[in-house]
Amino acid sequence: MAEGKDPEKEKRKIKSVKKMKAIMTKYYKKAKLAWLTRKKIAWITSGGPVEPLIAMNIIPVYPENHGAMIGASKMGVDLCQKAEAMGYSSDLCSYARSDISCAPAKGGPIGGLPKPNMLICCNNICGTVLKWYEVQARYFNVPLFILDTPFCHTQFTQEARQYVKKQVEEYILFLEKVCKKKMDHDRMKEVGRLSVEAQRLWQAVLDTAQNRPAPLSAFDAFFHLALIVTLRGTRQAVDYYQELLAEMKQRVADGIGAIPNEKHRLLWDNLPIWYRTRWLSQKFAAADACLVADTYTSAWCGALQYIDENNFLESMAEGYSRIYLNIGIDEMARQVIQMIDKYKADGLVMHSNRSCKPYSFGQLDIQRIVREERGLPSLMIEADMVDERFFSESQIDTRIDAFMEVVRERKSGI
Amino acid sequence: MKQMKELAGITGNPIAYARRLQETSGKKIIGYMCSYAPEEIIHAAGAHPLRLFGSGRNILLADSHLQSYCCSLVRGVLEDALAGNLNYLTGMIFPHTCDTVQRLSDIWRLNVPEGFHLDIVLPVKLDTADACQYLIDVLHRFRDDLGKALQTKISDDDLRKSITLYNNIRNNLQKVYELRKSNPDLLSGRDVYALVKAAMIMDRESYLTILQAVVGEMQKATGTADNKKNRRKRLILSGGICSQPDIYSLVEDVGAHIAGDDLCTGSRYFAGQISVNGDPITAIAERYVKRVVCPAKHMGNRSRAENLLHLVKDCHADGVIFMLLKFCDPHAFDYPYLKKALDKEGLPCLLLEVEDQPQAQEQMKTRIEAFLETLKTL
Ligand code: SF4
Ligand code: SF4
Ligand code: SF4
Repeated sequence: MAEGKDPEKEKRKIKSVKKMKAIMTKYYKKAKLAWLTRKKIAWITSGGPVEPLIAMNIIPVYPENHGAMIGASKMGVDLCQKAEAMGYSSDLCSYARSDISCAPAKGGPIGGLPKPNMLICCNNICGTVLKWYEVQARYFNVPLFILDTPFCHTQFTQEARQYVKKQVEEYILFLEKVCKKKMDHDRMKEVGRLSVEAQRLWQAVLDTAQNRPAPLSAFDAFFHLALIVTLRGTRQAVDYYQELLAEMKQRVADGIGAIPNEKHRLLWDNLPIWYRTRWLSQKFAAADACLVADTYTSAWCGALQYIDENNFLESMAEGYSRIYLNIGIDEMARQVIQMIDKYKADGLVMHSNRSCKPYSFGQLDIQRIVREERGLPSLMIEADMVDERFFSESQIDTRIDAFMEVVRERKSGI
Repeated sequence: MKQMKELAGITGNPIAYARRLQETSGKKIIGYMCSYAPEEIIHAAGAHPLRLFGSGRNILLADSHLQSYCCSLVRGVLEDALAGNLNYLTGMIFPHTCDTVQRLSDIWRLNVPEGFHLDIVLPVKLDTADACQYLIDVLHRFRDDLGKALQTKISDDDLRKSITLYNNIRNNLQKVYELRKSNPDLLSGRDVYALVKAAMIMDRESYLTILQAVVGEMQKATGTADNKKNRRKRLILSGGICSQPDIYSLVEDVGAHIAGDDLCTGSRYFAGQISVNGDPITAIAERYVKRVVCPAKHMGNRSRAENLLHLVKDCHADGVIFMLLKFCDPHAFDYPYLKKALDKEGLPCLLLEVEDQPQAQEQMKTRIEAFLETLKTL
């Protein structure tokens, strides 16, 4: 089997990938067999507070992660069309569309998600999840808890802080009621600490991309993100990211980059285009460009500054309210510029994602601000993260070529 | 009715009206785009609340800020603002509802130089005590912010006076809808459209005078009006959209009545009364909580369907027309379950995707005609 493999390529492969795959497979198996172990299942939004679930021994399941899997396995178009046949407009978020049609069809790469006992919706990422979870609450007829995190256009007001804090208390009461047992607060503290630790490790992993060559690219980060989304707050996530961090440090020491010949460093904005990650990564690699960082995967550690690991439940309100998608465009632009400086990016690649309005509306202003403040060239790719019908390969191919030309010229001009 | 001519002139060109109003009365004009805008507070501050509906210009400037998959209302209003068409506004307020308006607020703050800018970050759920408390807090903050921006103090007495005026307007608009329920010929749908739209544009005191006169004439005519045409099919407009397309005339031209609606530029705008006792801000919040919920807000999982079924019964309607503005997520998410609720009761409905394009009108007309044909066979 080993023969015929390119040793250059083998060297570049991230070894932890295998382990991650195994963990995720086991995780989904366990979730699907929850009915056997009498464990409860909660569906939760990707920005939602999973820690109390872990502390209560509830298995969290992420429809958005499921959506990403559907996209990556190129099953998105079919499921989206099924949703359209159910009356859902093709202009709605493709995660929501594919998940909604997947429930009755039991389709998708893992035959549908295990049935939830409860739904936890936190609107810190968008208003879509509210509507999506209402649909599922009607379909499965299970209780829905909404953690409402008021949008921080320019500030997180005192009244908003109070409101979210009260809801955190309600959230715990809700879980206690559904599970018919009390929350173990010592365990909750431990989970909180583990969550913060995993987030720090994840940030450290992403930080290794500051090196030249970057040992991992945004495309790798998209993959290794799964645990910080689904299992933060567990020992397993901490262990995994420790190993991944060690591997990245080793790669840095050995001078192994994510791509063979890193000459240009780019920053990615918005969700991945799941069904074309390989094509895109090869396309950029062929131009000696590495996407060294992105605004998406860093969102799961971006609010660390507001969280007190020794007082997780109390500080969680602010941490969950001030994440990347719940703040104003000017603040987002400021963070993008920080990343550009930190990772020494030569250009910005933005995915204008018709599925995700809160992420995409405002990109044009962010693009302008970046141009004004840093003079960086940028590329806007019009697509959709799951629904392939909105991806035009030939057009995007040409645009990437033209963009790389500009990046090269600008650098040789300096 | 002679009043209707005046109203039609005003609703045909709200921007011209607002400019004139500002020039002649010196009133400060505050723009808004959503029926969660607390007009009473604006009015109590001595300013004039004006609802904006894109004027339908070609999108040129807004294209550099909003992609093509953004609803035409938001693109249209931003275009007007960037073109300097709204430079008479003293301020613009943004109640938080959908993701699109959320980002419009940011884009506005960063790009529209004229006037002050205020966010009202409403709660997203309206069905818990904490959320209601937060809503009250937010409205208190808005009252302070607005007072500061307009350099005035908004007293409880001012608020109560405004509440009384608005209650009066709401009450009279209710009467118009009630009177039409038993006899739609009292006022054409076209006129109802202008009447409700004018309520969001005109100086509210002058508007109330006209509205009362209209109600008076309708009441006088109740006994005499010709009831023959009342065998026409009765339809409800729903699915709501934040702007107000003139579908009323279309429906009437093909020989049906609009017996009621579930629109933010229709009955949702004037539903409910506000108590004049106690803290006026709390009273304003209470009305929002009791009012039929906006799809971008949460009030249980089925309240909109229940309300729609109730409306259909109450108006003795034969069918429902859903209007969805393209790229409007909150409304599009609710359509399948609302339709299902109607299907279950054997109530027919038609879905119209509305776009701000003139050629779409003809197409819409044909579809409404076809829908009426199927209703007749039932
Ligand atoms: S709209 Fe955006 S943030 Fe919301 S679920 Fe879809 S992709 Fe995620
Ligand atoms: S539907 Fe919602 S967002 Fe639109 S005007 Fe009504 S309340 Fe505002
Ligand atoms: S029409 Fe829809 S998308 Fe547009 S502003 Fe209203 S709720 Fe938002």
